[in-house]
Amino acid sequence: MLIMASLFLLVGFGQSWPISLSILNMCIISAIMSMGINIQWGYAGIFNVGIMGFTALGGLAAVLVSYSPVGEAWRVGGIGMIISLFLLIITIVAVFFLNRIFRNSSYKYWIIGLTIIIGLILINLFFRPAVQAIENVNPAVTGFLGGLGLPIIFSWIVGGLFAAGVAFVIGKITLGLRADYLAIATLGISEIIIAVLKHEDWLSRGVKNVIGLKRPVPYEIDLQNTDWFISLIAYLNSSKLRKISDSLESEKLLNQLVIEGSSIFVKLSYMILFTAVLLFILYLANKAQISPWGRMMRAIRDNETSANAMGKDVVKRHLQVFVIGSAVVGIAGAMMITQSGLFTPSSFLPLRYTFLIWVMVIVGGSGNNVGAILGGFVIWFVWIEAAPASQYLIEILTVILNDENKFKLHLIDSVPYFRYLVMGSVLLLIMRYRPKGILPEKVRHS
Amino acid sequence: MIDLINAIIVLLNFIFIPALSYGSQLALGALGVSFVYAILRFANFSHGDLMSFGAMMTILFTWLFQSYGISLGFLPTALLAIPLAIIVTILFSIITDRFVFRHYRIKKSTPVVFAMVSIGVMFVIQAIVRIIIGPDDRNFFDGQKFIIKAKQFKEITGLNEGLAIKSTQVITIVVTIILVSLLFWFLQRTRTGKSMRAFSDNEDLALLSGINPDKVVFITWLIVGTLATVAGTLYGLDKSFKPFTYLGLVLPIFASAIVGGIGNPIGAVVGGYVIAFSEIMVTYAYKKFFIYLLPQSLEPSGLVQLISTDYKFAVSFSILVIVLLIRPSGIFKGRTF
Repeated sequence: MLIMASLFLLVGFGQSWPISLSILNMCIISAIMSMGINIQWGYAGIFNVGIMGFTALGGLAAVLVSYSPVGEAWRVGGIGMIISLFLLIITIVAVFFLNRIFRNSSYKYWIIGLTIIIGLILINLFFRPAVQAIENVNPAVTGFLGGLGLPIIFSWIVGGLFAAGVAFVIGKITLGLRADYLAIATLGISEIIIAVLKHEDWLSRGVKNVIGLKRPVPYEIDLQNTDWFISLIAYLNSSKLRKISDSLESEKLLNQLVIEGSSIFVKLSYMILFTAVLLFILYLANKAQISPWGRMMRAIRDNETSANAMGKDVVKRHLQVFVIGSAVVGIAGAMMITQSGLFTPSSFLPLRYTFLIWVMVIVGGSGNNVGAILGGFVIWFVWIEAAPASQYLIEILTVILNDENKFKLHLIDSVPYFRYLVMGSVLLLIMRYRPKGILPEKVRHS
Repeated sequence: MIDLINAIIVLLNFIFIPALSYGSQLALGALGVSFVYAILRFANFSHGDLMSFGAMMTILFTWLFQSYGISLGFLPTALLAIPLAIIVTILFSIITDRFVFRHYRIKKSTPVVFAMVSIGVMFVIQAIVRIIIGPDDRNFFDGQKFIIKAKQFKEITGLNEGLAIKSTQVITIVVTIILVSLLFWFLQRTRTGKSMRAFSDNEDLALLSGINPDKVVFITWLIVGTLATVAGTLYGLDKSFKPFTYLGLVLPIFASAIVGGIGNPIGAVVGGYVIAFSEIMVTYAYKKFFIYLLPQSLEPSGLVQLISTDYKFAVSFSILVIVLLIRPSGIFKGRTF
């Protein structure tokens, strides 16, 4: 912990304070994500490789909750959308009941298949024109339905709910089969979620991105014009300001300090919000872990057969823990979009949003929540700082080669990829030599 | 009558031939995944990137040959480079096994831990590929591009629709047939192949009857390295080589292996074609096809496309889900436990 803190101070003094704070904020979000995965993997041994999808769902929630509704789009396409949604629900319900009624019939799958096809054709009749209409509404600015126009903070809960809903469906299908089937299914669903967000423009504007989401904290530009903030900055830097006798000079300095201070202030307020969520989830997760429920999960993880023999419903517990963990990831996804204020579906890459989180969990120590947080901090920090560090290293190592040397230029070009190498090696080394992570799970025998 | 033939040509040109070559690539990939699964007993997520590693080696050797002016005439030089690339890829995968996977095999770790380790390997391979060859698109195809061009076909037959056959498609299919038949011959007829099947069926019994596990593992990587290199190269020749596309191939490959029955080689091949055909059939726009078949009054106004090509992932995923729901062991009984 102390080492981490001093690292942030180092970046703060070395590079700049806003950079240090934004790395810290992403560290907190990563820590929440890795806690969510830790709930799945550490508590129950569930292998989820769809973290990216759940994160993106959280992000979608942020858009849908906070963006103000586009009235025009609702007018032209709203009814069509509602009808198609209604038809979709009818189709699903019909399939559900047909599955019941024709339980023993050999034609069951044909009947269900036919129902689904008819349903899809009917939905398309209403859906396609509605989409056309919505996407034609001022496509350069909106072209989508917009959201509810609520404060973005609510989206953190909604994001969790979205992720939980999808996790429930996936879990229902694949839990109870082999462990790696869930992995492959989650990998698939996350790719599909990203594809939907990229191509369904009426929902998320697709690759046109959503920018300028509302913030839960003040804007820098507003702060710079508020009196109390300026006087606060002046008070904090009063010794510095007093040294300058010329009033014009000191005015200039104050102005600069206010601009810098406002960005730090915004990031600090985000940090306070995020830390509150982090601590809240940490508290709940720890409580759950030491509760009878947590002990039961551990029993299931360590020996499924005997837990089953003791009358524990293994599949149901797995489903429960899978849904909870995914919800936490969804919350973190919504927070991430809240912080950046823009939603870019094409920026979701599995390496960054799925596999990196896994490295965090494994490095931090699976089964230990504090470990997961530590992993989130350390790995995100390494991920960010690995590129400059490897560039520095390459410069030193190839100092004997001259600047036009092709090999050196090639190495410098591929600097961003050295962090994959670092991450992969870190994961492999930890799994080999310290399989329990930096902070191993504490097993209390009570 | 002519209309019917035209319609069939449309289907052949846009669905059958592309699906056959894509299916062959998937089948080879799924065979690799299935082999690792049957013998080493884990889901190897790094297989897609092993394919990209193999393809990269082929490209490097192709460049080497090209710089010496060696070529195969109308065939792509890559065919000449594949054997060398296979050797390097096999070496690489055996080194990976020696330093990474073996430890967990001795410890008898659970499949999930293995899968996690394979993700670590995936990271490292991706880094290596990107550092060596860069993330950009590489087109390494040379030689004659088409066997029959659409225009030529039209002139010969006098039909409205052309049938274009790319040489990469033919190469893919021919190479797959050769490789798969060799593989099945090896598994069914040779002593080593039989010992591998025995090992896959029941490890303890196989060990008791004196089968050397190290040899079995060695041969597995030999086969997997070969399959991965060939599959990766064929995919790269057919489309073009781009490191990040291979991660996206992991899902259809796994879907093929599971749909066919994971651990079952015949299943992997069939699964590859099932996934490829359904992916292309569902995302193809049938407008042209119906224009030929239906009278003018009934001509479709839209594209007659079930779902857009953006969702081709969803196709393999849905098939996977359907198979898991109806028959978790796959079309041909694979391992379910």
